[in-house]
Amino acid sequence: MSTCHPLQKVSPLPALQERPILVALAGQPNVGKSTLFNLLTGLHQHVGNWPGKTVERKEGDFSFNGVSYRLVDLPGTYSLTANSPEELIAREFILRERPDVVVAVVDAATLERSLYLVAELLPLPAPVVVALNMMDVARQEGIQVEPEVLQAALGVPVIPMSATRGVGVQELLETVERMARGDLPYAPRLPQIRPDHREVLEAIEERIAGYVPGPYSGDWVALKLLEGDPEMTRMAREALPPERWEEVHAILRAHDDAQVAVASGRYEWIGRMVRAAVTRPRIGQIGLTERLDRWATHPFWGLVILAGILGAVFWLTYTVGAPLQGLLETALVRTLAEGARDLLSGAPAWLSGLLADGIIGGAGAVLTFLPILVIFFAAMAFLEDVGYMARAAYVMDGLMHLIGLHGKSFLPLFLGFGCNVPAILGTRVIESRRARLLTILLAPLVPCTARMAVVVFLAPAFFGPAAPLVAWGLVLLSLATLALVGIALNRALFQGRRSAFIMELPLYHLPNGRTIALSVWERSWAFVRKAGTVILAVSVVIWALSTLPGGDVETSVLAQLGKSLEPVGRLMGLDWRLTVALLSSFIAKENSIATMGVLYRTGEEGLADFLAATYSTATALAFLVVQVLFIPCMATVAAIRQETGAWRWTVFSIGLLLGLSLLAGTVTFQVAMLVK
Amino acid sequence: MADEAAPRSPQPTTPLKALRAGESGIIAELYGGHGLRSRMLTLGLTPGAAVTVLQNYGHGPLIVRVRDTRVALGRREAEKILVRRER
Repeated sequence: MSTCHPLQKVSPLPALQERPILVALAGQPNVGKSTLFNLLTGLHQHVGNWPGKTVERKEGDFSFNGVSYRLVDLPGTYSLTANSPEELIAREFILRERPDVVVAVVDAATLERSLYLVAELLPLPAPVVVALNMMDVARQEGIQVEPEVLQAALGVPVIPMSATRGVGVQELLETVERMARGDLPYAPRLPQIRPDHREVLEAIEERIAGYVPGPYSGDWVALKLLEGDPEMTRMAREALPPERWEEVHAILRAHDDAQVAVASGRYEWIGRMVRAAVTRPRIGQIGLTERLDRWATHPFWGLVILAGILGAVFWLTYTVGAPLQGLLETALVRTLAEGARDLLSGAPAWLSGLLADGIIGGAGAVLTFLPILVIFFAAMAFLEDVGYMARAAYVMDGLMHLIGLHGKSFLPLFLGFGCNVPAILGTRVIESRRARLLTILLAPLVPCTARMAVVVFLAPAFFGPAAPLVAWGLVLLSLATLALVGIALNRALFQGRRSAFIMELPLYHLPNGRTIALSVWERSWAFVRKAGTVILAVSVVIWALSTLPGGDVETSVLAQLGKSLEPVGRLMGLDWRLTVALLSSFIAKENSIATMGVLYRTGEEGLADFLAATYSTATALAFLVVQVLFIPCMATVAAIRQETGAWRWTVFSIGLLLGLSLLAGTVTFQVAMLVK
Repeated sequence: MADEAAPRSPQPTTPLKALRAGESGIIAELYGGHGLRSRMLTLGLTPGAAVTVLQNYGHGPLIVRVRDTRVALGRREAEKILVRRER
């Protein structure tokens, strides 16, 4: 969207001066790779997906010293074995696109572990420049790294930097440019497999020689086969003649511990590289991270701290975000709608209706939630950037286990309190496909702000001083349902299997305003784009259903649908108007209020009191229960379809929530009638 | 690293989850499926590596330090790593 490609237009010549230098940015998670990417590209970045994958692809253009660069941000991965789509994408990009330079970002404070990826990058056919990042954090933890010593050991350029402070960026770019021009010597020392497996590796290399298709090389494929790489195993099975494959397969079966030898070989190499370059802290010296973690990861105090932080986020959302949302609703949406009506007073009624009620009232109303989302996104980005998110996942792991998930699913679900859409997009942090799917299916059961807006609007009229109690009860009902559904789905779909919980707890560090701002901007913009496309289209369709054929809501297709569903509604004490109000919440949850306003011709001001006089408490309670658990709004449905990549699961999710909400509504109504 | 892995005195191996906070060990062996082992290995939990348990309350996931990295891992995962106690 905001990408500019100035140099592509200038000349198609392949000479280096004429086309931008293609740089791939590689690095493990939590090494400051995004900070460096944002620093270099600013707002000139393009965010999309890698073809056919739900993995974010970011690239950007910039120029420095009169040279143009195109920077592609590879997914953050710990290694390059195809255990996840991210790892596959990163290595396929380097193998197939052959970037001029790969910048490998490593964390000076966790140097050994972050060099593991470098050990995997060096054998690939693109020159590597190591960006030794977080020099300041390492110093703060008492770790001293000497870049020149490391550079001499590795045989590739090593540039010390601190991306959050902008230190070292100029040196990095100068080195990248010289490397791309071939002005620098490049003689990397490559890691070797542990000696006890060298013969096995050679045996495989011999047998696959001549059968390996480009862009792969024989020795690299042999190593990946020993590591049990699923992608390369599949490729070799197809490329090799059957009897050859049988031989290779027999060797691999006899050495299924070879992955340990390969990884150990890399770490032995790393040990040699860092031995002279790193000075460790004295025994007994305790860093900032360890001191903070005594509280933040404590089984009791950790939960108290998490509850406090989340409470503060909610408080901020409701004291700052909600009034802003209300302001946008009255000041912008209504004013715009009235303005449109006035402007089009001479035009046919359907045109002003389409614009005022369909487009502005539908998609516009969804957009008013932006302030709430921005606050949520900012809070999340801040907590992520300082390194707290991993701790939240850690302390929630026990509770999440109960519903078949682990700690990493907690944060996307929490985002759901703001809006279910970012919650579902946020499940991308979960590696296991099974856990991710389960989290996506559970996310719509988190009561979002739009649903709570309906509760907050209706509850006081019906329940007076007990309204807050009812609101809390509905939140608890949603969460209890979420837990029960989680347990049931985990048993039924996944036979109670659980994915492994193993994750890095990064070092704490000071937040970077730029990283946070860009993250908020990106997520908000994605939401606005969705409101402008999918949500807009569906709003118009629903508006048409509520107007056609006669231009009157009461005789519209939607009303007829509501009336035909009345037998179902009656089980829950709902008449056709309430049923239609419920159906219209599919556009956006808070629409049910607007729909009632139209159906009862009261407008929204007198609506709550009118409803209280019309319906019984039992009906009101049943309506609120169904409303909170009802099928997700269309924006959420679109997100589920996009992230699961399957209509099957989308339909399953809708069916599940429809069944659950109708059941809960019926039970509520029938029990309430009995009690009365 | 093979010589590092050899114990100075023939010490029995124990699962990592049996180590208390503050105790250290040298990794002797990894169990578990291919995928889990792969994730442990890339995070630096290789045979011969020194691990220090930073947190272990006897329930819930552990926090260990290996190669200057703090790693959180569930008890079931910590059961699949065999170590030789140090000191």
